[in-house]
Amino acid sequence: MSPQMISMFALMRKETSRVLRIWVQTLIPPGITMSLYFIIFGTLIGKRIGEMDGYPYMEYIAPGLIMMSVITNSYGNVVGSFFNAKIQRHIEEMLVSPMDETSIVIGYLAGGIIRGLFVATVVSFIALFFTELNIKYPLLALLVIIMTASVFSLAGLINAIFAKKFDDIAVIPSFVLAPLTYLGGVFYTVSLLPEFWQTVSRLNPILYMVNSMRYSVLGTSDIEIMDGLLMISGFFILLLSVAVYLLKKGIGIRD
Amino acid sequence: MKALSIQDLSKQYKSGVQALKSINFEVDQGDFFALLGPNGAGKTTAIGILTSLVNKTSGSVKVFGHDIDNALSLAKACLGVVPQEVNLNLFDKCINTLVNQAGFYGIPRDEAKKRAKYYLEQMGLWEKRNSNARDLSGGMKRRLMVARSLVNQPKLLLLDEPTAGVDIETRRMMWRFLRELNQQGTTIILTTHYLEEAEQLCDRIAIIDEGQIIENDSMLNVLKKLKKEVFILNVNQSLTKAPIIEGYETSLKSPQEIEVSILQSQGINEVFAQLDTLGIRVISMRNKTGRLEELFIDLTNNPPKETAE
Repeated sequence: MSPQMISMFALMRKETSRVLRIWVQTLIPPGITMSLYFIIFGTLIGKRIGEMDGYPYMEYIAPGLIMMSVITNSYGNVVGSFFNAKIQRHIEEMLVSPMDETSIVIGYLAGGIIRGLFVATVVSFIALFFTELNIKYPLLALLVIIMTASVFSLAGLINAIFAKKFDDIAVIPSFVLAPLTYLGGVFYTVSLLPEFWQTVSRLNPILYMVNSMRYSVLGTSDIEIMDGLLMISGFFILLLSVAVYLLKKGIGIRD
Repeated sequence: MKALSIQDLSKQYKSGVQALKSINFEVDQGDFFALLGPNGAGKTTAIGILTSLVNKTSGSVKVFGHDIDNALSLAKACLGVVPQEVNLNLFDKCINTLVNQAGFYGIPRDEAKKRAKYYLEQMGLWEKRNSNARDLSGGMKRRLMVARSLVNQPKLLLLDEPTAGVDIETRRMMWRFLRELNQQGTTIILTTHYLEEAEQLCDRIAIIDEGQIIENDSMLNVLKKLKKEVFILNVNQSLTKAPIIEGYETSLKSPQEIEVSILQSQGINEVFAQLDTLGIRVISMRNKTGRLEELFIDLTNNPPKETAE
């Protein structure tokens, strides 16, 4: 194995073991939050809503809630881990070594993907207490989870690269990520919206991720699955290029 | 081939501060090299550029012939660095800190574990291998950073004030270890505020002040430039005023301590002879400050015009 591969695997191992080492912080909170969503939106309110797009409301929102957890946790994992490394300055352990920037990005990406997968598993397991979860296309679901976790891990990494203080890593999740997620079709089909807002909704990348997941689980979606996969892949390539470029330039990490 | 070759290296920060002003110096393989200077002189900036933590504005840096502009990975593979500030992952175990660092240098995990054990033992930290870095004392954290800097067995070790804040015993232990490492062939560049440390360990020295190299020579030659030394003599009787020693400046530091300034051209024998005729016996003597410290203060307060760039 080449030295670059060894260094990349060393970081991947470090980041994935971090997710498991602090499991109380990484895996339990999304489980609790999503249980509350299932109880409130599914059981209490959902019963009054009835069906959505031909499915019981609980069953309809389950894929969206899984995706919502994947998005927030993969983002949170990388933004937290990388920003901590910057603040404690142990990022210098990597920067002084010969490992290249792509290896650093992939190492952090691995942590975000693993957390996304674990959280998706935890939330899916919780969902089984409330509804049936017959996944129509399991491999497609796995692919969508991994790709979405990758996109938001990269977004978290870019946020952490620019962040100078703790406020900077809280602003994006609160003011950008949360609104986009809630307006990304987790709780409703965009076909309910007036035409203008349907068009606006299609500019929201999270709509494609949530609906790709919904298609994988239920076989129904507001978008064409190929459009969804292309959109997620496009964002992945774009954010990967930006993250590698920023690290190569030393923005936010070198004086 | 030089271990390090720096040419016309400049750094201007975005704030406008010119930290380095076209400095030049070289370090031979096997040297124990001191880079000294007051706070803010540019030492840490220079180390930062070598390790790619700071982007240079202009100039060239070669590490064992590898230019950091076009062979950065090869240059980095030759380097180990102990920074001035603690930069450990405080929530990671000591053993993991070293194994991960070795991994980042491309060292396979089995070999990384062996090296981690060896260097933790060398630094007296093996018993603490499963402790988190945050639970270590300040001195232990410094030793852990030294151990971490060695896992890739660097040819050039950069130590940016490695003994700052450590107790005397730890400092002496680290001095012994660094001497051995240097004798085994590792080139070492040391920045320090403890000038005694530089005088004890280093064979070459560069003094940097306000971003410029104002002195660069062997330790022996640098110390020869010291024009005068001040000694404190402990004498066998209580005095009420300083004895007059012809040709020398004297003062009374305490009833039994005489302070004498001695020019290098004068020598010290005459002082003993004159005190003997006055019936005063010298029991012991010491430098008022380290010789290098005298020179350092002299140079950084009055940089020689011919060397200032």
